[in-house]
Amino acid sequence: MRSGVMDWQGQKLSEMLMQIMLVVHALVAFVAGYTFSSFQMMLQIFAGGVLLTTLVTVPDWPWYNRHPLKWLDPAEAEKHPKPEPPVSKKKTSKHH
Amino acid sequence: MHSAGLRFNTLITLAIILLGALCAFASVCDHFHRPNVQAHAQVLQINRFRKQLNRDDEVTLTMNISMDLQSTFTWNTKQVFVFLAAEYETPKNSFNQISLWDHIILSKEQAKIEMQIVNKYPFVDQGSNLRGKKVKLVLHWHVMPKTCGMIQDSLFLSDFDLPQAYI
Repeated sequence: MRSGVMDWQGQKLSEMLMQIMLVVHALVAFVAGYTFSSFQMMLQIFAGGVLLTTLVTVPDWPWYNRHPLKWLDPAEAEKHPKPEPPVSKKKTSKHH
Repeated sequence: MHSAGLRFNTLITLAIILLGALCAFASVCDHFHRPNVQAHAQVLQINRFRKQLNRDDEVTLTMNISMDLQSTFTWNTKQVFVFLAAEYETPKNSFNQISLWDHIILSKEQAKIEMQIVNKYPFVDQGSNLRGKKVKLVLHWHVMPKTCGMIQDSLFLSDFDLPQAYI
């Protein structure tokens, strides 16, 4: 599991999925626990939901990586040089 | 959200918040629950009524008790503590309460109790005020939920008069 592999769209998707899955599992767990009068069942369903959500949204699955960033060619980048950052700030902070 | 560790951290945080919400909702449900407790207690016999060496009055009783606490159990109930108290008034203290018998009920199936008991704990007054005293028998119960605070309630069962003389 390499970090940083997931692209921007994938990160957005995984976060949304995580929130929806957790809330849905919590609702299902509460309704089931209340209906069957079992507190234990509520906790088990919720724990199962958390586990499933972890498996689905935490690892860098390939479906979170369908929109890779297109980097510019090095040759293209050289034609548009980076603007010089304000250097003075860094140098003064070193003296402190 | 760029690394697995960060995603896991966010997930666990949200999961714990939701778990707290589930427990809170379960507690709220419990607060709308109105149990219907049926109970009776009857003094069959006063076995002993004497003055102790330190001049405190002591009573030993035989009682018939029956109670149905099944309705106090909800899906969020861990156990119910129930005790039978003798309550009376003396010139010095306006409220005296002595626990005569108690029990911890662990499940709904065990919440129906019918038995003949001799007081489990000594019925001793701090002084000698018990002769001819009217004593109330009150059933108290504390419902201990899995989440939420303890719920206390009581029910007056009956009263009886202690004899004018020691036995």
